[in-house]
Order: sequence, then structure tokens, then C-alpha cells
Amino acid sequence: MSLLQFLNGLTFAALLFLVASGFTLIFGLMRIVNLAHGAMYLMGGYVAYAAASASGSFLLGLSAAVLAVAALGLVEQGLLRFVGGNELRQVLLTLGLALMLNDAALVLFGGDTFSVPMPAALQGAASFLGLFYPRYRLFVLAAGLLVLVALWLVMHHTRLGALIRAGVDDAETVQAMGIDIRKVFVATFMLGMALAGIAGALGGAFLSLYPTADSEILVYSLAVVIIGGRGSLAGAVVGSLAVAMLSTYGQVFFPELSYFVIFGPMALLLAFRPLGLFGRTT
Amino acid sequence: MTAATGADGLAVTASPRAHRRVGWTALVLAALALVPFVLPGYFTSLATLMLIYALLAMSVDLLAGYAGRTSLCHGAIFGTATYVVMYMTTTAGGNPWLAALLGLVAAILVGAAFAALAVRTTGVYFLLLTLALGMVVWGICQRWTSVSGGENGLRGVSRPALLADPSVFYWFVLAVGVVATLAMWRLVCSPFGLALKGIRESESRMRSVGYHTTWHLFLGFVFSAAMAGLAGVLYAWFNSFVSPSTVALAQSVKGLLMVIVGGVGTLFGGIVGSVLIIVLENVASSFTERWSMVLGALFVLTMIFAPEGIVGKLRSHVARRASP
Repeated sequence: MSLLQFLNGLTFAALLFLVASGFTLIFGLMRIVNLAHGAMYLMGGYVAYAAASASGSFLLGLSAAVLAVAALGLVEQGLLRFVGGNELRQVLLTLGLALMLNDAALVLFGGDTFSVPMPAALQGAASFLGLFYPRYRLFVLAAGLLVLVALWLVMHHTRLGALIRAGVDDAETVQAMGIDIRKVFVATFMLGMALAGIAGALGGAFLSLYPTADSEILVYSLAVVIIGGRGSLAGAVVGSLAVAMLSTYGQVFFPELSYFVIFGPMALLLAFRPLGLFGRTT
Repeated sequence: MTAATGADGLAVTASPRAHRRVGWTALVLAALALVPFVLPGYFTSLATLMLIYALLAMSVDLLAGYAGRTSLCHGAIFGTATYVVMYMTTTAGGNPWLAALLGLVAAILVGAAFAALAVRTTGVYFLLLTLALGMVVWGICQRWTSVSGGENGLRGVSRPALLADPSVFYWFVLAVGVVATLAMWRLVCSPFGLALKGIRESESRMRSVGYHTTWHLFLGFVFSAAMAGLAGVLYAWFNSFVSPSTVALAQSVKGLLMVIVGGVGTLFGGIVGSVLIIVLENVASSFTERWSMVLGALFVLTMIFAPEGIVGKLRSHVARRASP
């Protein structure tokens, strides 16, 4: 029982990390709170569902989702150019975009619940430690870990990563040193969107897709960032684990109020560290 | 913002201008009171809805315009009051007036809890946090099916028998709205309201001058929540139905859009915004079901082309013409 719950929490955390890492990177570097992130996740899921059911290949669905969401991200970035510099206007613009995307998804896919078809190899349960556990969830956990390692390598061992880390702390100085920060912005935004697309495809197979899934994922991502602090990979990891575990165990003990449970620690944390665990002032 | 101080900076003094303003207000109120006699039933109910949403928009503007804190949880506070009233009158079968009182109290309590968490943050963080808090309310209403009815919501007659007639109800909402508007107007003109404005401009400066800024923000937030709750109670009586979409983010977004369209920091702009958005919603939904799409597009376009709002845009246009 407890190991099962623990694994459920861990796999959910892996998925949350996929969504929230992109969200927190964009927030940290560009100061853009992308409220359309949840809608992007949902779009990614729907595209993956459509492509995977049409072609019969999960991998194809996944790539389609990544491409489609990255393309949507480019459009969003183009729109954001118009309101550059003003944080509040940017946020409200992404909010409007979120409403539009959500409605567009409703037009295209209706109100029914879908699941992205899983590849045959990942169906069924794996047995270990006297426990039967869905293979697919373990796969999501592995994917989350893989992305974590990849992101860490990018952030700490590539030029782009160094620029992103420098940009999170002080974008103006980076620009003053002769680096075109806008290119870094575009790259980060696309990276974040691609992660949202991946998360949509992976999450669409075990959380399923329905019209309000985007809001739920967005709230979880917000909670992760509020707990972890913006722009920090470690913060995203800790935040995802905290939110996923709380929500998983919350569902066991207070099934109807599980939403409320993630809110307690968030409140506590804000009282002591308004910028989150790993957040820094500008 | 400079244009706004010219219009609302001077409090009521016994000047000819003030007399004229009182005259105009009386004229507008008289015209509003005549609505049920002149317009057919459907328009009266539309006007009632406009008054209710004007109250919500003004409550949002109290924080956004005067304290510089853009909130995305007022729809949830509004909806909390609606839920409480609907639950008390339908499931619990209580007295509608008592239900209204409890709804208002619930909104104030939720507002106080949210305020306690949110007043330490500013700017985008405030927006984010209030968004998350509002979503928690939505999540609870969606999942706590034994109380909230889940997706099906709660339905039933919640209005007191005294106000059953649509025209009477309209006058009641108008009267409540006028009193609430006056209260808000008094608040923003009072030293307390000026302190809020000071916090908007520079919180650190206000603190060093000796103001307890956190306490000011907290009280401002709770007052604003009470106004949103009042609107929510009236909405429950108006609609006789509540579902999770009443507390959803789109509700907060609608309130905020009304404020932005009407002009942030003008208080009465919220009334203009409410009228415009409700008219648009009704016109749009008569030939498309994609109201959410229209709302989103409106938001994007307003942010790109007229972030100071339609009233603000017109005012700056007029000002530019007057003084070349």
C-alpha cells in the first residue's frame, strides 16, 4: 500500500517536473509567467492522441506533439513581442491566449475524455518487490529522470545553459556583454514549449485528456514554481516532488479535498520565503 | 494615472462643479430606476446582470487600480458567496436572507485567508498566487460533489419571496449597488484609500513614512472581497443556479477584463466595462457558442492595442486634442 502510493507520487512528480521545468525556465529567464502553459500541455496531449491513433506509433505522436506545441510557442512569442517589457500585460496576454487555446481544443476535440494510446511494450504491469505496477508509469518516471539529467547537462555544461543561468540572474548585463539575449529567449521559450509538448503526450496516456485538464496542470505548475522558486532546476525538482506527494497522499486521506492539501505547505512557505525555496531576488 | 487624479482627486466640495456632478448623478440614477418601465423583461434582467457585474468589477478595481495589486481570485470569492447562498437555500433549505448573510461572511473569510497569504507579494507574484488560490476554490467545488453537486452544480429558487418580481429585484440590486458604490467611493477618497494609492506608487516609501502597509493592504483586500461577495450573493439570487464555472478562472478574468476595458483605477470605469462586456457577451453568444474564444481574443487585443482601457484611451485621446 505505502510503496504503491509512493510510486504513484514519484511518477506523478516526474510528469509535473516535465511541465513545470519549462514553465519555471521561461519565468526565470524572461520574467514571463506563461499562463498558456497548461493549454499548451493539453494541446500537446491532443495532438499526440490524434497523431498516435492515426499512425499507430506512440513515438510519432510524441514528436508531433513536440513540433506542434513548439510552433504554437513561436506564435505566442511573436504576440508577446508587442507587449515587451511590461510584466503584467505579458501575463494577461498569455491568459487570453490560454482561453483561446482551451476553446480551440474544445472545438477540435469536443468534451470527451481521450487517452493517448500506449505502445504495446509499455502496457500491462511489471512485477517487482512483490508488487504489480503499471509499466507505463515507470516509463514516465524514467523519462522524467532522463529529461532532468539532460536539462542539467544543458544548463551546466553548454554555452546556452551558461547564458540561460546568467540571464536568469541579470539579463541586462548579459546583453551588455555583447550577447544577443533575444536569441537565448527564443531558444528557452522553444525548449520550455517542447517540454510542455512532451509532458502532454506522456501525461495524456495516464492522466487522460479532457477540457479542464489544462487548468489542473497549470495550478500544479504554479504550485511547483511557488514552492521551488522561479528559474531553478533544483527548485522544480523539489517543488514537483512536494506537490506530487502531497496530492497523491491527499487523495488517499481526503479524496474530495485533495486540491486543498497542496495549498497548506504553499501557504506556510510563502510566509517565510515569498520567493520560494530556491528563488533569488533580481 | 495623471488624467485620473484630475477627475477624482478633488473630493466633494460646495463648488458649482460638485453641484453639477450631483445633478448628473441624480439624473443617471433616475434613468436607471425607470429601466423596468421602459424596457421589456429580458433587458431588465440584462440590466440587473450588468449591475451585479459592475459591483464585481469595481471590487477588482479597488485592488488593481488603487492598491496596484491585480487579483485573479475575485471570481472565486464571488462564486464562494454564490455557492454558499445556493447551498443554504436549496440543500439546507434555509432562509434566503440568512443565506445571503452567510454567503457574505464566507466571502469575507475566504478573502481574509487569501489576503493573509497574498499581501506580502507584489506584481506578477501577487497575480500568480491569487490565481492559484482561486483555482483551489474551483478545484474544491469541482470535486467536493457531496456538497457542491460537482459538475451538475446546485439549482433551485434562492431569492426571497419579497423580491420574486424581476422589476422589484432590479430595483433592489440597483439600491444595493448604489450603496456599495458610495461605500467604495468613500473608501478610495478617504485617508485609507489615499494610503493605498501611496502603497501602489511605492510601498517601501509608505512604510518608511510610518504606515503599516501590510495591514492596509490586508484591510483593502478584505473590503474588496466583501464587495465581490456581495455581488456573488446577488448573482445567486439572480441566477438560481451555480456550477463550477461560476468560480472558474474565466469569472475572475471577466471581472478583470471589465476593469481593464473601463480603465484601471477609475472605479466607475468598472460600470462602463461591465455594460460593454455583458452587451458583447450577449451579442456574441447570439451567433456563436465560442464566447470563451471571444473573451480570450479580446484580452489579447486589449493588451496589445489598448492596455489603458477604452475609457482611458478615449480620455488620453481627448486630452491630446484639448492640449496640442
